[in-house]
Amino acid sequence: MNWISDWALPKISGLFKREVPENLWHKCPACEQMIFRRDLEAALHVCPHCGHHMRISAVRRLECTLDPGFSRIELPRAPADPLRFRDQRRYTERLKEAQAKSAMDDAVAVAHGTIEGQRAVVAAMEFAFMGGSMGAGVGEAIVTAAKLAVLQDAPLIVFTASGGARMQEGAISLMQMPRTVIATRLVKEAGLPFIVVMCDPTTGGVTASFAMLGDIHIAEPGALIGFAGARVIEQTVREKLPEGFQRAEYLLEHGILDLVVKRSEMRATLARVIGLLRVPLVEAATAPAAEVPALPAPEEPTEQPAQA
Amino acid sequence: MRHFLDFEKPIAELEGKIEELRRTTDAGGIDVAEEVGRLRDKAQSLLKSTYAKLTPWQKAQVARHPDRPHATDYINGLIEDFLPLAGDRAFADDAAVIGGMGRFRGRAVMVLGTERGNDTESRVKHNFGMARPEGYRKAKRLMELAGRFGLPILSFVDTAGAFPGIEAEARGQAEAIARSIEAGLEAPVPFIATIIGEGGSGGAIALAAADRVVMLEHAIYSVISPEGCASILWRDAAQASTAAEALKLTADDLRKLNLVDAVLPEPLGGAHRDAEATIAALGDRIADLLEPLVELDGATLRARRREKFLEMGRSGVI
Repeated sequence: MNWISDWALPKISGLFKREVPENLWHKCPACEQMIFRRDLEAALHVCPHCGHHMRISAVRRLECTLDPGFSRIELPRAPADPLRFRDQRRYTERLKEAQAKSAMDDAVAVAHGTIEGQRAVVAAMEFAFMGGSMGAGVGEAIVTAAKLAVLQDAPLIVFTASGGARMQEGAISLMQMPRTVIATRLVKEAGLPFIVVMCDPTTGGVTASFAMLGDIHIAEPGALIGFAGARVIEQTVREKLPEGFQRAEYLLEHGILDLVVKRSEMRATLARVIGLLRVPLVEAATAPAAEVPALPAPEEPTEQPAQA
Repeated sequence: MRHFLDFEKPIAELEGKIEELRRTTDAGGIDVAEEVGRLRDKAQSLLKSTYAKLTPWQKAQVARHPDRPHATDYINGLIEDFLPLAGDRAFADDAAVIGGMGRFRGRAVMVLGTERGNDTESRVKHNFGMARPEGYRKAKRLMELAGRFGLPILSFVDTAGAFPGIEAEARGQAEAIARSIEAGLEAPVPFIATIIGEGGSGGAIALAAADRVVMLEHAIYSVISPEGCASILWRDAAQASTAAEALKLTADDLRKLNLVDAVLPEPLGGAHRDAEATIAALGDRIADLLEPLVELDGATLRARRREKFLEMGRSGVI
C-alpha cells in the first residue's frame, strides 16, 4: 500500500479507460461485428448483422416464449452428488458455482402459462448450468414438466440445450434417458402434443432420449444437434467432417427435423403448431370474409387465350 | 494360448512355469508332480487374491477381455432353434446388433445382443459391437414383434457404445437410440437384459430398458468410458483408472445404487476362464427372473417397468 498503487495507478489506468462502460457493446461471436447491447436484447440475442443465434438463458427463453404473467414452478430437488464424485474439483463445488452463476437449482426451468393465448407448459434448458448436462435433477424436471402438462391438459414444449449426460452422476445420469422417455409417453398418452425446440447445442444423451421423441421437431438456425461429438467422430472415422455437419439445416435436410425457425418467429410458430394440433375447427371466418375484396374482374384479354 | 491382462502378469508367469514343468515331465524327465502341484496352488491363490480386490479399472479390462464370452456365445449356449432375423426395413442390416427368435428352455423368446466379434474378420463384420442407427431400428422392430406375439425379450449387452460416424449421425443415430429405449419401455412382454461385458452408455441402454437388468460380476456399465471421462474431466486419458473409480461403474456399484437388479458371480479369474459355467449360470438366473414375470399381463409389466425407471436417481445414495 503506497501512493503509487492507491493513487497513481488508478489515475494512469483511468486515462486509458474507454468512455463507455464495458458491457454497452457486444461482439457477435460469428461475424465479430459490434452490436449495441440494447439492440441485441431487442433482437432476442440474434445478431442483426449475420443472423447468428446466440445462446440465451433458460429464463430469458421462458420470457420470450410465454405471454406475460406466466408462472415458474418449483422443481423437486434430486439428491445432490449421489456418487460423491470428484475429478479435479468436487461435483458439489461445481454445482454450487453453477447455482450461484445461474440462480437455478439445476439445468432446467419449467413454467406454465399461455402462448398467444393458448395454454402451454414450457421447459427450458440452461446451457450455462454445467453445459446443460442431464443428471437426476434434469430428469426430475422433465418428468415434472410432463406431469404438469398432463394435469393442465396443455402441450409440453421443451427447449433443449445440453452437452449430454452429466458424467458426475455416472450411471444415474444414463438412467435419465429411459426416465425422460417415459415422460414423453405420459404426455403423448394424454393426447397432448410434445414439441421439441432444439437450441445450440443439443447433443449426447439428451438428443438420444426425449429430444428426439417430439411430435414436432423444431430447431433454431445453426444449432448444433447430434449424438456423438464432432471430435470423437473425426478421431473414429479419420475423415474431415462435411460442411455444416450436425447443424440444424443439415438435420432438416436429413429428415430429422420438421422446421428450422428463427428466434423472432418461434413464438408465433409454436402458437400455430398448437392451434393446428389442438383446435380442430375455428369458426368459419364469416365476418372477415365479407371484408375480403372480391376478385377483380378479369381484364380484357390482351393476348390469345392459352389452349386448354 | 491364454490372453493375460497386464495386472495378471504374476499369474501368467506361474502358469507358464507350470506348463514348462509339465512338458519336462511329458518328455520323460524327472517327475515334478509335487512341484507342479505346489505351483498350481500358488497360482490359484494368487488368482483368488487378485480377483478378490479388482479395481474398477481392472474390471473394465476384464469386461473387455478378448476371450470373454460374447453375445453369440450366450445365444448358442442358451437358445435352441435360434432363427436370426435381419434388417431395419429401411436401410440396411447392422451386424453389430444380432437378433432373432428361438427357444429358451422350451419357451419361445426374442433375443437381442450387441456382438463385438472375436477375430479381425468378425470384429470388422460386427463393427466391434458399435451399432449404427439401423442396429437400433432393428432392435426396435424385433421388440415390437415380440410384443405382438407375446414373446419375452432377452438381451445380451456388450458394447463400447453407439458408433460415432458421419453416416450414423446423418441417418439419425440419436433418434434410433431414443426409439429403441422407448420400444423396450413399452414392450407388453417380460424383458430381461444382461450386461455381459461392457455396458457403454446410450448404445447399451438402448437394449436394456428392461424389467430386470442383470450384470455379470466383472461387467461395467457406464455413461461414458473411463478413458473418455478422463480426457474430458481430467484432460488426460491416462487418468482412466481414476475416472473408472469415480464413475462407480462396477456391478456392485450399480446394484448398490439400485440401477440394476442382480449381479451374477463369475468363475474365479473371470467369465473367460470357464465360459460354459458362466453361460449356464446366467441361463439359470434368467430362468429364475423370467418365471414370475411371465405371469403378468402387458399393462402391469409396463407400469412396473416405468415405476422402476422413474425412481432412478430419486434416491439410492451410496
